[in-house]
Order: sequence, then C-alpha cells, then structure tokens
Amino acid sequence: MSFVSLLWVLLLGSLLGLELIGKVPPTLHTPLMSGANAISGITMLAALTLIVKAEGNIPLLIIGSVSLGFALFNVVGGFFVTDRMLAMFSRKPSNKK
Amino acid sequence: MNLPVIIKFVIDLLAVLLLALGIKGLSKVKSAREANRLAAFAMSLSVVGLLSYYLGTSGIAIQSWIWIIIGSIIGSLFGAILAKKVPMTSMPETVALFNGCGGMSSLLVALGVAIFPISNSVENLDFFKSLINEVSISVSIFVGAITFTGSIVAMAKLQGWLSTPGWTQSKVRHFVNIVFAVASLIAFFDLINGNTSSIWLLVIVSSLLGIGVTLPIGGADMPVVISLLNSYSGIAAAAAGFVVDSQLLIVAGAMVGAAGLILTQVMCKGMNRSLVSVLFGGSLSAQSTASSGSGEYTNITSCSVEECALTLEAANKVIIVPGYGLAVAQAQHTLREVTKKLEQNGIEVVYAIHPVAGRMPGHMNVLLAEADVPYEQLKEMDVVNPDFPATDVVLVLGANDVVNPQAKNDSSSPLYGMPVLDVQEARTVFVIKRGMSAGYSGIKNDLFDLPNTSMVFGDAKKVLNDLIGELKDLGVGEK
Repeated sequence: MSFVSLLWVLLLGSLLGLELIGKVPPTLHTPLMSGANAISGITMLAALTLIVKAEGNIPLLIIGSVSLGFALFNVVGGFFVTDRMLAMFSRKPSNKK
Repeated sequence: MNLPVIIKFVIDLLAVLLLALGIKGLSKVKSAREANRLAAFAMSLSVVGLLSYYLGTSGIAIQSWIWIIIGSIIGSLFGAILAKKVPMTSMPETVALFNGCGGMSSLLVALGVAIFPISNSVENLDFFKSLINEVSISVSIFVGAITFTGSIVAMAKLQGWLSTPGWTQSKVRHFVNIVFAVASLIAFFDLINGNTSSIWLLVIVSSLLGIGVTLPIGGADMPVVISLLNSYSGIAAAAAGFVVDSQLLIVAGAMVGAAGLILTQVMCKGMNRSLVSVLFGGSLSAQSTASSGSGEYTNITSCSVEECALTLEAANKVIIVPGYGLAVAQAQHTLREVTKKLEQNGIEVVYAIHPVAGRMPGHMNVLLAEADVPYEQLKEMDVVNPDFPATDVVLVLGANDVVNPQAKNDSSSPLYGMPVLDVQEARTVFVIKRGMSAGYSGIKNDLFDLPNTSMVFGDAKKVLNDLIGELKDLGVGEK
C-alpha cells in the first residue's frame, strides 16, 4: 500500500469512528469506552507481524512476544470486563431501550 | 494478487465491517452485549487472517510460533483473571490499566522495528529507508509512551496510591512539561535524521511527558483524562499500523481514536469544563482554595436514621441521587432493598443520574444495574430536573459536587456553570455522608446549609441497613 492510500484509510477510519459513536446514551459510555479500549489492542497484529518477521532474531522475538502479551492483556481483559458490565444490563427482564 | 493476499484482503474487510457494527451495536442497550462479542469475534478473525496469510506466503517458523504462544497465553491469562476478579467500583482504574498496556504494545512494536530493521520482508518494505516509516515509528513511540505512563499515573491516582504533589499545582509544571515536549521534538527530528540512538531519548522524554501531564490533574477530571488516553491508544495503534503497513490496524486505531475524542467531549460538556482547562488548569481544588474561601458551614442540620425513615414513609415521591460514595461503600444492594420496601408501600422511586456522577460516565448505571435496579427507573439529569419541585424526599447518597447549588448561584465558584441536579427544589433533602469533608472538587457545598437539607452522618451501607430496620419497625413494605 502506498503512503497516500494509507492516509486515505486513516481519514476514512476516523470519519467512520466519529459517525458510529456520535449517538450513545450516557448509560453505555463506560462499557463503550472499555469496548473501544479493547479494540485498540488491535496492535496485537503488529506484534504478531514482528514475531513472524523476526527470522530467529532472539531480542526481536522477545520484544514482539512481550508486545503481544501487553496487547492481548488489553484485548482479552477489555472484552471480558465489558461483557461483565453489559451482563448487568441485559439481566433485566423488562429492557425497553 | 495470489490467493493468500486475496483471502487476507477479504478477512480484513470482514473484520473492519464487524468491528464497525460492533461499535455501533455498543451504542444501544439491547444490542450492546452481542455487539461486544461481535467485536471480540472480529478481533480473533483478524488474527486468523494475518496468520493464514503468513502461512500461505512466507511461512511461520517454529521459533516464532513458540514466542507467539508464550506471549498470547501470558497476556490473555492475566487479562482474563483481572477482568473477572476486579470489583465494579474499580472499573475506571481497570480501563486505565488495560489502556496503558495497549499503548505499551504499540511502543514496543515501533521500538522493535527501529532497533532491528526487518530485512527482506514480504511486502518489500524498506524500513529505515523511507522518511514515512521513521515518522510513523517516532509517532508510535511518542504516543505509545504517553499513553502508557499517563494511564499508569491515572490508575495510581484513582487507586489512591499516588496523590497530587504540591509543586505540580504551581506554574513550574508548565515549564517542566514544555522542556519535556521540546526534548521530545528534538529527539524526534534527530531520529528522522538517522540518528538511531536518540530513540531512547524519545522513549524517556515522552514517558516523562505522559507523567508530567497527568500528575497535576485532579481526581474529578480523571475520567476525562482516561477517555483522552483511550483515544491516544487508538492513535498509537494507527501509527503502529503505518509502521507495519497494515490497513486494518489503521482503520481500527482511527475508529478508537475518534471514539475516545467524542467521549471526552461528552464528559467535558457534562462538567462544563473545556478540554484545555482540564489538561492545563490543574486540580480544581487548588483553584477553589484560592478563589472562593467561604469554606465555613453555618447552618447544618443533622438528623437520625429514625427521622429519615419517618419522612420517607410519609412520602409519595422519592428521588435517589447516587454518587461515588455509594460505589465506595458498595451499598447498591442495600439501597435496592430500601427502595423495594418503599415501592411496596406505593411510593414512587426514581434514581437521578448526573452525567458525571461517579468517576466515569455511566458508572452509576453500571453500579445500580448490578443491584437489579430496573433500567426505566434511572432518569438522566435533563429528564429528572423538572420533577424535583414535586418531590417529597431526595436521598443524596455519596454524591456531592453534582448537587451543589453554587454551580447555579455563585459566579465566583469554580463549579459555576456546571449543570447540576436541582435537589434543593424538593421538600426535604437527606444527605447521607460520612462527615463534613468536601467533595472531589474540594469545594464547599451550599446545599448542606439549606433549611430543607438534613445530614445523616454515617457510612452509606450502615445507614441504609439501619434504615431498613427502621422501615421494618414502621411496617413499611410488609403486606
């Protein structure tokens, strides 16, 4: 991908984010923040790339692995904690909105 | 384009679509839980897509597999355990911690690529030859480091491990932070010039900048900071996307970055503060001691739990105003028992939720939902404010600044202009509080001095338990 097309991706991604998140009831702000935070752990893909391309370079493998660990801590923890919060909302039998 | 490239392209596209649907779904109570799972699924899908791509092209060495498995298992395990064990009251700190680790991950990726340029990569990327890569590495390190140290400081402050040092409230802090910022800039350009060793300078000064910027911020403003740092971690991920040339990373990072900004904006609006004043204004309490020194209470009425129970029994309409104190005392279940009794007696009970009650927007909703409070009974500020004049009793539980009439009446108050709940309009207000200490902003609450306000001193949970006992004696809630 050329740099320019990556910039386009960045621009469109930002606009998509603004549009998607524009209308959220305050009730869901904490779960949303936590869920979005889990998604920011997508950087795990970069860590994976680093490990795959390390070609036996041990320090690089270690850096990649630690980075992957941090990212997955963010992702797994983030989704679990969000689910825990949301489980409390959906337990109600009379859920209107 | 060969097959692995096409497959990865399709999977990435699908993952982006599902992530977008996930975020959208998270904005509705009904679909939120499924949406969260959908996003989690999209994330795993993206991993499968990436791994299958490498399997189909360059292959993945056994050694790489080992390090992948080690990193994944340790990270996921700790994340899952923490997520399951952490109490609901510590949610803001937990989100801050997770967030910081996301930033750290982006930082490490950029650092790894910078120190060990990856040779003959599949996409023929010439790391360190193009200016763009240098810039994206620098940005990723800079933002990643700020996110990490900033989030850790935010967590430590919320946990009470770290207080606000005195010097951070003086003008010195601006000078210190400017020095850090300038040093980061120098390191940044030095790095782009090809001086690889200045990468360490960049790591150190941007980490210090993260600490220096977060440390002076007062507790009441912490949610705003966490939300902003959440946005930063998205930006860091997007920058890491430029480093490893991944559109998926850039899209997802950009979406999270935008989300964090919107949330930050919403929170600032709720507190009637601008983002600039949150970031550079220092702690609110420091300002207040300087400006409005009217710190003495003159007309405090305190009353017993029994009196409170008697007034409640005679009421037709009761509004509960929960705050952070309720979360700290873990009294949400006891509160629910009290309100159940009142409801059984035909008393209308509503909960008034201020947008920034607690330490995060939606904090109170989560807390009350945990105690099985029906969703319909939670009323937002704008909806509930006109109801106060027709309300017999207001119970303020661990809330303080969000019910301070100063915000409306006293233009010299630092709180002035912040939208508040007009509890003083109700016939009787009971404030359940441990002592006369000020709220998080450190500002005197004029509500406590009003003639229709009575203080019930004690721990929220204990007072509510006593209240249940008193209500029982009065025969409330028994048929």
